[in-house]
Amino acid sequence: MAAGSRRRRSQRIRVASYLLAGLVALALVLLVDWRTLQANFADAEIFAEQFPGIVTVAARNTVIYTVFAFLGGLAVGLGVALLRLSSIRPYRWFATIYIEVFRGLPALLTIILVGFAIPIALGVRFPTVLGLPTSGIIALALVAGAYMAETIRAGIEAVPRGQMEAARSLGMSHSRSMASIVVPQAFRIIIPPLTNELVLLLKDTALLAVLGTSTTTKELTKFARDGVNANFNGTPIVAAGLLYLVITVPLTRVVAQLEKRNRQAR
Amino acid sequence: MSEPPAASTPAAVPAVDPAVDPTVPAIDVVGLRKSFGAEEVLAGVDLAVGAGEVVCVIGASGSGKSTLLRCVNRLEEPTAGRIVIEGVDITDPDCDVDDVRRRIGMVFQQFNLFPHLSVLRNVTIAQEKVLGRSRAEAVDVAVRTLDRVGLAEKAGDFPARLSGGQQQRVAIARALAMDPDMMLFDEATSALDPELVGEVLAVMRTLAEEGMTMMVVTHEMGFARRVADRVVFLDGGVVCEQGPPDQVLGSPEQDRTRQFLRQVLERE
Ligand SMILES: Nc1ncnc2c1ncn2[C@@H]1O[C@H](COP(=O)(O)OP(=O)(O)OP(=O)(O)O)[C@@H](O)[C@H]1O
Ligand SMILES: [Mg+2]
Repeated sequence: MAAGSRRRRSQRIRVASYLLAGLVALALVLLVDWRTLQANFADAEIFAEQFPGIVTVAARNTVIYTVFAFLGGLAVGLGVALLRLSSIRPYRWFATIYIEVFRGLPALLTIILVGFAIPIALGVRFPTVLGLPTSGIIALALVAGAYMAETIRAGIEAVPRGQMEAARSLGMSHSRSMASIVVPQAFRIIIPPLTNELVLLLKDTALLAVLGTSTTTKELTKFARDGVNANFNGTPIVAAGLLYLVITVPLTRVVAQLEKRNRQAR
Repeated sequence: MSEPPAASTPAAVPAVDPAVDPTVPAIDVVGLRKSFGAEEVLAGVDLAVGAGEVVCVIGASGSGKSTLLRCVNRLEEPTAGRIVIEGVDITDPDCDVDDVRRRIGMVFQQFNLFPHLSVLRNVTIAQEKVLGRSRAEAVDVAVRTLDRVGLAEKAGDFPARLSGGQQQRVAIARALAMDPDMMLFDEATSALDPELVGEVLAVMRTLAEEGMTMMVVTHEMGFARRVADRVVFLDGGVVCEQGPPDQVLGSPEQDRTRQFLRQVLERE
């Protein structure tokens, strides 16, 4: 009888949850001023005005900054990971400090440091290359590099020791074995977490909004914020949000697929 | 390393081609000691392998057979003692280990093929990166070597698609393609299903008959008996007994050897 009463109980709970959800929905419909909401966040005219600039300038810049910061982060991350695994102790210390510092600081602080504080201190400005905000991209690459270093290190450590030994026994030097045998295998293992890193980085490009930007260097968040100020209306934010999702959701789906495949491969 | 090699040698030992001078052993292990922490695995091993000789090393699990073999191409750093390869002391700190290793082929229990590379690339990569052969030359050598182990038609496959026996034969081809002067085998057939052991042993036997210098750690007593010029029984961190296979395996002098062989026979 115990099983029967438990089933009845779980059924009652389910009915209650649906009832509660219904009440919340009803309250939303009755209490929220839908007209105001729509006027402030989904104004068709303002929405239309965002295009095509929001795609051809803002989303494009977001993607370009992400790609450059990712490639920079990858280079930094690989370098720091190799230092972290070095047999020379000071190298390991440096790598550990690097990783702890840049993971421990807010990315925004690093961006302000590289974008404002260092140029002021040195009395120089980072040259803009190809019209890109170099300092912001460097800052993001430094931060991403710290995270990626740990990911890459884990990947390298996941490659069986016998691979290095086989390469060495053929007469390859340590660095040659790393470059030709171990690192390529490590990257296959860590493609899913690296793609995750890419998604996080893409969202972090929003922080570059704090660096003064011209009309041609705006990324999505800055673009949307300027749109809000110009129109005194939230619709540009919704438009930008949709564009972020258009990029990030497929990427996270890809990550999920890759992880599933990796699990099955084992 | 906690202490310097026991018997110190003049830094420049003349490198002699053992093919020219048969009195210089291919591998000369002198007073080799190796400890892992407090555990002394090798407690003074003396062992010489002549050019063209096939030496099988036997011993109980954990007796240090793999450690000995791995010291010979310095995958393990000896704690003390000397290892002289073709007249060159490779325990000398000034010795170029990579240069020595390219003359010593090694075959592992777990094959250790490079899974991200095709069979052909597995066999060509070190030829190109270490010996500086051109792609065409390396491919040419690889195809011939793969043919020697009976796997020329698998050149385009990835290792994961091959059986264990085929993988191990590719691993042997990978080592042979470097034209090594000697080959080390560390339980090359222990990870294989029983029906695949024969094909690998056949390749090893052919190699031995062609005159390759070989140091073979094995549990295959039949192979040792038929192929070895000499059998070495490792026990207690030292060479307990060595001699022709018929003697060591047939009528051993030491109690320890007899005991070990009895245990092996019981298992089979
Ligand atoms: N890297 C290492 N660190 C610590 N101990 C080790 C290491 N390698 C080997 N040993 C120890 O040294 C001893 C000898 O190991 P080794 O692998 O040489 O034995 P073996 O004769 O090859 O045994 P098996 O027949 O099982 O392969 C073992 O007790 C092992 O635990
Ligand atoms: Mg072993």
